[in-house]
Amino acid sequence: MRMKSLVAALLSAGVVTFAYADITVGVLVSATGPAASLGIPEKNTFALMPTTIAGEKVKYIVLDDASDTTTAVKNTRKLLTEDKVDVIMGSTITPNSLAMVDIAAEAETPMISMAASARIVDPVDAKRRWVFKTPQNDVQMSTAITEHMNNSGVKTVAFIGFSDAYGEGWWQEFSKIAEVRKMKVVASERFNRADTSVTGQILKIMSTNPDAILIAGSGTPAALPQKTLKEKGYKGKIYQTHGVANNDFLRVCGKDCEGTFLPAGPVLVAAQLPDSNPVKKSALEYIAKYEKAHGPGSVSTFGAHAWDAGLLLANAVPAALKKGKPGSKEFRAALRDALEGTKNLYAAHGVFNMTATDHLGLDQRSRVMVKIEGGKWVAQK
Amino acid sequence: MDLQIALLLGQDGIVNGAIYALLALALVLVFAVTRVIFIPQGEFVAYGALTLAAFEAGKTPGTLWLLLGAGVLVALIDTVIAVRGGNPGRIKRIVLWDLALPAAIAGLVLWLEPATLPLAAKVALSLAIVVPLGPMIYRLAYQPLAEASVLVLLIVSVAVHIALVGLGLLFFGAEGSRTTPFSEAQFNVGTLTVNGQTLWVLGASCVLIVALYLFFGRTLYGKALRATAINRVGARLMGISTTLAGKLSFTLAAGIGALSGILIAPITTVYYDTGFLIGLKGFVAAIIAGLVSYPLAAAGAILVGLLESFSSFWASAFKEVIVFTLIIPVLVWRSLTSHHVEEEE
Repeated sequence: MRMKSLVAALLSAGVVTFAYADITVGVLVSATGPAASLGIPEKNTFALMPTTIAGEKVKYIVLDDASDTTTAVKNTRKLLTEDKVDVIMGSTITPNSLAMVDIAAEAETPMISMAASARIVDPVDAKRRWVFKTPQNDVQMSTAITEHMNNSGVKTVAFIGFSDAYGEGWWQEFSKIAEVRKMKVVASERFNRADTSVTGQILKIMSTNPDAILIAGSGTPAALPQKTLKEKGYKGKIYQTHGVANNDFLRVCGKDCEGTFLPAGPVLVAAQLPDSNPVKKSALEYIAKYEKAHGPGSVSTFGAHAWDAGLLLANAVPAALKKGKPGSKEFRAALRDALEGTKNLYAAHGVFNMTATDHLGLDQRSRVMVKIEGGKWVAQK
Repeated sequence: MDLQIALLLGQDGIVNGAIYALLALALVLVFAVTRVIFIPQGEFVAYGALTLAAFEAGKTPGTLWLLLGAGVLVALIDTVIAVRGGNPGRIKRIVLWDLALPAAIAGLVLWLEPATLPLAAKVALSLAIVVPLGPMIYRLAYQPLAEASVLVLLIVSVAVHIALVGLGLLFFGAEGSRTTPFSEAQFNVGTLTVNGQTLWVLGASCVLIVALYLFFGRTLYGKALRATAINRVGARLMGISTTLAGKLSFTLAAGIGALSGILIAPITTVYYDTGFLIGLKGFVAAIIAGLVSYPLAAAGAILVGLLESFSSFWASAFKEVIVFTLIIPVLVWRSLTSHHVEEEE
């Protein structure tokens, strides 16, 4: 017994010394709970990431936060104090990422979030200095939608969204921009992810007879309002958000989703992009890697956000290595500086150009309008 | 709001209410017989629906392995108890029910290629997989604690619920599924359009309720369950096995849950965790009935369905708030009108 524990102690001591020489990446994803459909492809993506960057070994420690803020905070502290990670990647969803900002800043460790809200990195203050993120801001996506509505002559529009942070965030952005664009928002309704019926909301929306309807939900739950709209005979345009951009949505929604418009990251329709588009090559590279491991058609845009986080890191590490050894305070600070200095990085979701005031760094090249035709995503010009 | 909208909302509320009614009946049944507040009731809804969806997608559902695993576990425990108790004659029964039956179902599923079968056969196979899980869960989680307090049983229920939700995520993944409707027919009644599936839900609920009524009123096993519900000790003195009553009530609860899931899967998208919220609404209805009265539970369920449907029209952001707040006035009313008997420990 004593012999065993001695061996174990020696072994773990060995592991710790080795770990100090490696770059340790702490990953936090929501692989279970309500955000599991986003977190699982992200988790799968980390398994595909390079195990060496610039000659240094990279160790990924992947933890699950169960889509729960308390667990996210607890696991972030664990990664920082026990595993002494050099960088935190996560979390999948906005509430968790916001809670983690304070902890990462306190430990002076850079953090790359895979959640959508602009508030995670904006404004860049003393705490958010340490925080970066990869997904497009909601506002970028909602301007794409309103622009498309404008161009197709929509005058009145109705909104139905999740009754959570996702739906509220969209409502705030969308209602603001719609007003600027001279469109009248005639109805605003909410529904829950787990609802079995949205007939009431849909009837109310249809009684206002809008030209277009925006459904702000993520994943397959967003199919329910659309199916109800078709069932009740709605003839206008239907828009979805980039939250539905995975193949499960097409499977569940079926023919009721024909003709729907949505903005999405270029990775969704990478193969259809013109060769001149700089994002095409980098996006196809990710798709090939992911589908090789998980089968054709398995790729989703959410996993690509994790991939982009990995690309940001791989791009920043060589510069940081010149200033400090992994595991040291200097290395973490240098890594932060290098991340902020990211220039013209071609990733799966766009081109990253970070500055001291912009810790997202994506521009218009990070979104395309997509139409669902024949059960497939079709890029619009 | 005009009459047509009111009618549409009413229709929607009654269809949802019918499902809540079935679950409320199952909750009342399980509580009356075993004193278990059966939170995992909703998981059977999800398991039933998603097992059927897996068949339609041409996959082998994970619930099949759960059935086999649970069967082996139950058989092991029961065999040890039978041998220790000097009662090896029981082993034959154990092997038959806990090993041979799941193995036969598994053989059937793997041999038949369910994707090519007609819908009715798929439904039957789904039920055959999910329903035996009910008594097995009773055997594993509740039977050793059958005499414990309601609170302990409730805590066990929470644990079982979390375990089953986790397994559901493992088996079916995070995304939801829909199944093909039983009937694509549409009927026009005045200005109202009624789907075939809606009629299926209502018809099946009515048939089940009548069947339960006949079961409790006319059959020996049904009467045994009622006797156990009224007085456990008395029922035991009359030679009714409380273990059998527990297993039987869990079988019924699992059957009702799985069937509800199969009925709603074509109307709405079902997720691995959908069952919980549906089960909770059934629970609100069961509370309205004080966890004792079947007709009141059914009426309460229709009330919950209608309330939900109309509140989703008037104030969609507060829909769940309104539905669950209903419990408070109901509890006040119940505690004022019925006199409370402390549970004997």
